[in-house]
Amino acid sequence: MEFLQPSTWDDAMAAKAAQPEAVPIAGGTDVMVELNFDRRRPPALLDLTRVAELTQWGTDGPLLRVGAGVTSRRLIAELGGRLPGLAMASRTVGSPQIRNRGTVGGNLGSASPAGDAHPPLLASDALVELASVRGVRRVPVAEFFTGPKRSVLAPDELVAAFLVAPAGGPQQFAKVGTRNAMVIAVCSFALALHPAQRRVGTGIGSAAPTPRRATAAEDFLAAALPWDTRGRLPDSTAREFGALVAAAAAPIDDVRGTAAYRRHALSVLAGRTLRWAWEALCD
Amino acid sequence: MTTMRPDTAQRPGPDTEQRVAGGVGDSPVRPDGTLKVKGEFAFSSDLWADDMLWGATLRSPHPRARIRGIDITGAVALPGVFAVLTHEDVPGAKTYGLEIRDQPVLAIGEVRYAGEPVAIVAADHPETARRAVARIAVDYEVLPPVVDADAALDPRSAQVHDRGNLLRHVPVRRGDPAVPAEVVVTGEYEVGMQDQAFLGPESGLAVPAEDGGVDLYVATQWLHVDQDQIAGCLGLPTSLVRLTLAGVGGAFGAREDLSMQVHACLLARHTGKPVKMVYGREESFYGHVHRHPARLRYEHGATRDGRLVYVRARIVLDGGAYASSSTAVCGNAATLGIGPYDVPNVVMDAYVAYTNNPPCGAMRGFGTVQACFAYESQMDKLAAAVGLHPVEVRLRNALTTGDRMPTGQLVEGPAPVAELLRRVRDAPDPPPRGTDPRLLPGGVSNTTHGESVVRGVGYAIGIKNVGFSEGFDDFATARVRLELVGGEPAVLVHSAAAEVGQGLVTVQAQIARTELGIAQVTVATADTTVGSAGSSSASRQTYLSGGAVRAACRAVRAALLARSGLPDARLVDGAAVSPAGEVPLVELLRAGPVEETVEWRHRPTSPLHPATGQGDAHVQYAFAAHRATVDVDTELGLVRVVELSTAQDVGRAVNPQAVQGQIQGGSAQGLGLALMEEIQVVDGLIRNPSFTDYLIPTILDMPPMRVEVLELADPYSPYGLRGVGEPPTISSTPAIVAAIRAATGKALARVPVRPEHITEGPQWTD
Ligand SMILES: Cc1cc2nc3c(=O)[nH]c(=O)nc-3n(C[C@H](O)[C@H](O)[C@H](O)COP(=O)(O)OP(=O)(O)OC[C@H]3O[C@@H](n4cnc5c(N)ncnc54)[C@H](O)[C@@H]3O)c2cc1C
Repeated sequence: MEFLQPSTWDDAMAAKAAQPEAVPIAGGTDVMVELNFDRRRPPALLDLTRVAELTQWGTDGPLLRVGAGVTSRRLIAELGGRLPGLAMASRTVGSPQIRNRGTVGGNLGSASPAGDAHPPLLASDALVELASVRGVRRVPVAEFFTGPKRSVLAPDELVAAFLVAPAGGPQQFAKVGTRNAMVIAVCSFALALHPAQRRVGTGIGSAAPTPRRATAAEDFLAAALPWDTRGRLPDSTAREFGALVAAAAAPIDDVRGTAAYRRHALSVLAGRTLRWAWEALCD
Repeated sequence: MTTMRPDTAQRPGPDTEQRVAGGVGDSPVRPDGTLKVKGEFAFSSDLWADDMLWGATLRSPHPRARIRGIDITGAVALPGVFAVLTHEDVPGAKTYGLEIRDQPVLAIGEVRYAGEPVAIVAADHPETARRAVARIAVDYEVLPPVVDADAALDPRSAQVHDRGNLLRHVPVRRGDPAVPAEVVVTGEYEVGMQDQAFLGPESGLAVPAEDGGVDLYVATQWLHVDQDQIAGCLGLPTSLVRLTLAGVGGAFGAREDLSMQVHACLLARHTGKPVKMVYGREESFYGHVHRHPARLRYEHGATRDGRLVYVRARIVLDGGAYASSSTAVCGNAATLGIGPYDVPNVVMDAYVAYTNNPPCGAMRGFGTVQACFAYESQMDKLAAAVGLHPVEVRLRNALTTGDRMPTGQLVEGPAPVAELLRRVRDAPDPPPRGTDPRLLPGGVSNTTHGESVVRGVGYAIGIKNVGFSEGFDDFATARVRLELVGGEPAVLVHSAAAEVGQGLVTVQAQIARTELGIAQVTVATADTTVGSAGSSSASRQTYLSGGAVRAACRAVRAALLARSGLPDARLVDGAAVSPAGEVPLVELLRAGPVEETVEWRHRPTSPLHPATGQGDAHVQYAFAAHRATVDVDTELGLVRVVELSTAQDVGRAVNPQAVQGQIQGGSAQGLGLALMEEIQVVDGLIRNPSFTDYLIPTILDMPPMRVEVLELADPYSPYGLRGVGEPPTISSTPAIVAAIRAATGKALARVPVRPEHITEGPQWTD
């Protein structure tokens, strides 16, 4: 197995173009598991940890641009105030060791339906920046995932960054697992309220072939919330929202849980996160 | 930890008086402790020899298939491959096993479970070995597997072996089988397949020797039972198969059966080179036996005031494809299956069946864990039916000294069942729920801020036999040598007893210090140059090997005092002392070392009557009780165990810190079974062979414990001690489930409890 170690972003893209079958490795917390379990035997690994550009974040107009190499730990510590939903999700990732190594680019690269960064990125309309020697493109995260562990990433492309507006309202993330820490989601849910635009963002994890939004639930809630009065949230609204979120999922039965439980849990998480977010907005 | 110690705890013999530190009752630092914490301890997977080869195993992907042919040519042709072996290359016995030698070293014409070894390879690099394995072509005729233990017992079922699928049936009959009762509660329960989940996968290094034998360095629980089976399969006398214990990363029963031992030795002998084999995590799930899944049907009859009149029970254990220790596990389930209660009328039938599921065998608790979940659930049902507190109904039926077990065996020595129950009942309540979301159900995952969280409390008590039962000749050997090292007296303790992480090495040294009064004690690496110590299982090793070390030390002491020539001498603080005079130890040892080897036995047990299950089958009983306090998110079905309070009688805490460790760790393993640990097997295939989906508790799942240790001396055991390792695992599971039932009102007749059992499952009504 070849081990490629570019130290600049251009070299990384060139290497990927020259050897599209090379598998990028960032924190390695997914790649090494796959190698250890013999699920993957790539001819080459493309180590991205020496590419300094990937580990940076800054602004791009009104948006934040966060490099693919930023770890879960740094998302919490450095961006927790601006991206609270993503930080909440990052807190649930693995253990301290995993959060120290695992990157958001790796989470996107794996494109697992259970990737915890995905629901909050969906809820806040993030863009994924993909780059290759052919150029750069920005894809709405909702269009990034194409199937279980599949994405629109072309063989010669790398994830450069994601772009997202800083939170303009309360955000929430909740994840159900059968253990109280270090657990892969049985299902998860992210919510972002955008009071300025009177919009609602959602993201569902681990309950469909890809992470996905619950658009009907978003539309319903945007119309139903008492944005002007900031009045009490009617229980019926929370319930209906929960039902629509559950309806948007397409879960299966697997070792981690049943489809019926996942739908039920999503409706509960949707109702609870909505109440917490609405209370925060009205405080 | 609080301790209660009456004066009856036994002291070292009358011919000595010692005040050396680090003896019995102290908690000296473990010799392996710092190394393990720093990551410097050499485990069996770290073994290395120059010029060694790497072994790898081809395993069956099918739970049941006929093998029409094995083509190894592709593997042999790969550069770097030194050997590719099948059953044809096994020179001696083709099968092995702990109780019934039914398990092929390598599959012969047929595979009986998914993961069964079919061929082995040695190559100069692990990657080459892996590739060679992938190039072996096996022509399978896939057959429909037998996957249900109940169905397997139907005479019309396909047979896993040609001797029928019933591996053992143990009946126990006491009193009137048809006696009526005023109150009757029934229940059907199920226990999933738990894994030992030790952290150090199976591994070892086999080195061919010039004398035609082989030296094997391996992580195991019982060197001599390995030696015996390996020698048989290699067709060698045992004297040519020498085993040395390598660093063991946990065992819990999973290392009682052979895994890579014979394979590595075969490859080493075939190639003339050292061969190392190390399983990966996934392979480890296929490489060892698991806890038997069980279906249990119980009927309890009682008076209106909650006194048990009868228990009728049927237990069916899934033994999987090979016998392993299933027959003994079944014996335990039957003989201990009504719990620590005095019941005049018992009809118990325990069965274990062959299936094409992964083989099951020893795991901490050994047949009592499954039964305890059922009988303790039943006791709660009974409490509800007669309107008593769950502890009260248990107190009214608690076993005590002088009672008889359903086997007719008299309960001798302390049996503080009622006392343990009262202690957990009366323990102070844990603090009420706080606001830190990490301490709510769901933990760090932010699923509730207090919504739908209900607290519940549950109780359970269990019983376990210590040592090997049913007439087995259970003994341990220890060699103790006292000599001058650098002019100072020093002790060398040598045995074949396996330190599997439980702290046995430390305990052996403590006993030597107490018996000989010498601080400088070295415990030699366990190997087969000394006689068998028996297994590090059945909570027996401190009792048995501790007893053997004590006996050997006493023999050394007697020889030494005889050497002094003083009449009625005693060994006091480094000298032989008598009214006639005093001789320092150093002087006595100038004449040379004193060495004694002792084979030590516990009291004999007897077999069970085949039709009635009557017999004094067990050496010693051990008891532990738990109270669990849980918070349940009733809407999501998520649980956080808030506190576990336990009380256990250990007879004598030889090493209080190690006792704590066993109680905490055992309770955690029981928590795992209650809430998350299950190997999911569908159609004979393991669906979650990794720690990604086989979940074990983290530190956020395992709550602080309140531990009460009682030291009520057993009159028959060394220092009065009682085996410690297993009881904590037995009662923590049912206590936690009882607490969840108390919080939710749900039936929860199966462990592990899954969230959907709480959100969708039936109510607990009877
Ligand atoms: C014990 C454990 C617990 C875990 N718990 C969680 C959890 O709770 N939640 C969760 O979401 N995940 C979890 N994971 C999975 C993993 O940690 C995350 O997916 C993490 O974000 C991966 O990041 P990484 O940098 O380690 O990725 P790597 O393993 O380096 O890469 C992952 C994938 O992304 C690709 N890749 C990496 N960087 C790029 C790039 N810049 N461009 C294109 N492709 C790229 C790689 O080729 C690979 O396919 C866990 C993993 C482990 C081992």
